[in-house]
Amino acid sequence: MSSVEANAAEPVTTIVTPIRVDYQFTAGLAQSRFLKGISEGRFLGQRCPRCKKVYVPPRGSCPTDGVATTDEVVLANKGTVTTYCVVNVPFVGQSIEIPYICAQVLLDGADIAFMGLVQELPADQVRMGLRVEAVWVEPSELAPNLSSVKYFRPTGEPDAEYESFSQYL
Amino acid sequence: MTRPVAVVSFAQSKNVRREDHRNEVEVLLPVVGEVLGNVGLTKDDMGFVCSGSSDYLVGAPFSFVMALDAVGVWPPMRESHVEMDGAWALYEAWTLLCEGEIDTALVYSFGRSSPGELLRVLALQLDPYYMAPLWPDPVALAALQARALIDEGRASEADFAEVAARSRRAAMDNPYAQVTGDRSPEELLADDYVVAPLRRHALPPITDGAAAIVLAAGDRASALIERPAWITGIDHRIEPHALGARDLTKSPSTRRAAVGARLLADEASSSVDVEVAELHAPFAHQELILRDALRLSDKVSVNPSGGALAANAMMVAGLVRIGEAAARVMDGRASSALGHATSGPCLQQNLVCALSAQRPADEGVGR
Repeated sequence: MSSVEANAAEPVTTIVTPIRVDYQFTAGLAQSRFLKGISEGRFLGQRCPRCKKVYVPPRGSCPTDGVATTDEVVLANKGTVTTYCVVNVPFVGQSIEIPYICAQVLLDGADIAFMGLVQELPADQVRMGLRVEAVWVEPSELAPNLSSVKYFRPTGEPDAEYESFSQYL
Repeated sequence: MTRPVAVVSFAQSKNVRREDHRNEVEVLLPVVGEVLGNVGLTKDDMGFVCSGSSDYLVGAPFSFVMALDAVGVWPPMRESHVEMDGAWALYEAWTLLCEGEIDTALVYSFGRSSPGELLRVLALQLDPYYMAPLWPDPVALAALQARALIDEGRASEADFAEVAARSRRAAMDNPYAQVTGDRSPEELLADDYVVAPLRRHALPPITDGAAAIVLAAGDRASALIERPAWITGIDHRIEPHALGARDLTKSPSTRRAAVGARLLADEASSSVDVEVAELHAPFAHQELILRDALRLSDKVSVNPSGGALAANAMMVAGLVRIGEAAARVMDGRASSALGHATSGPCLQQNLVCALSAQRPADEGVGR
């Protein structure tokens, strides 16, 4: 057998071609405003001038109407759990002890729910309509990223009526 | 060709080296607003929306889906996207309009090259086994093409400088241009080489920008504006991916696309006869190759906008060529024009769009 035939008998099945490209992400004007707000310990949304919905985090445009959302709205520090899940599955890199609660929180004044953790509540007591408030890191630790919001915790207020958030599920 | 379809509106962002603060949606939003507003339409009037962009530029998956926030797609719309220059999105919209189910379409494209390393990003469009791992950047590949053109005795570095000087001078009248200036070819020849034989002026700028066009069919187009820029033909062709398999000094795909766009009766025809030609030639020498392929006469006004040497937003500059050509038909400066778009290394893919103030005959729906 010639060397060419010998090589042909062993097909090349894999090659490695390392590729690396670096990017510098631009958050955009609206999201930059939001992140700046986070670093000040508050939630900033933006209102669509047409449908009047308030988006948080704002992305600069109303995805329904396609117009710029220019009116800034300072949202409340509290809101309502619209839906949730209880995480019972361990995974690599998990930083919180299971079971824990991940919830969609509709901040008062907003028209879109916001993802957050719910703590200071046994996982089996979370429910739709639960009233919660944001707990922030120490003022000195505030930064323009969502780690500044440690979690949401129950306010103790009566649960919100289902009708009050049924349009936001 | 089936029923007549026309460009009725065109808008573009100011082309800049770097959009420091606005993201893709924020760059696109005013452009879409303007292109619809020009003809008194809203997104709800659009039968179809088609965009052109590349996720590789911003390094974000499905960035074209995010970009739809600039249009607003509720109630749900008929929409499509090409991972190519917006000129090819326009082609897709044109075919749908020809089918007769819709009367209007919005075409847009956006490209911010500043977030990534453009030369490396563009190397990734090459053959992934033998070429891309060597990272040959588009400037080096274009330089090989320019060298081949010189070696054939068909052009000189002075010719490249001539193209660049004319483009920059023309761009002084273009408020959206990025590179403008009144420097003579002799002055430009004092530039340093970036990659020989290409000096700085023979290269396109790196650009962030966006553009949009509204297409309308038949009577709808005539009702929207006085002078629609009718598409009398459009076609695109591609050449082999392997650079070694091509004669880089020629552009047979452009010539064939010109035949498909009805600008030439056949490939042996003598020349393309239009008043204005907006050629998407990112490198100066590529304009010479395209002129040869189309056999444009000296009477044709080439790149009155300044062309891609004045602004070259990736995925956008081709659509802008069609828009600039159409704008000259719509405002009466020309009665016939062509817009050309290219994609891939060394003019690999080429699209030719023929435009006229004269409404073509309605050939009925369907091919």
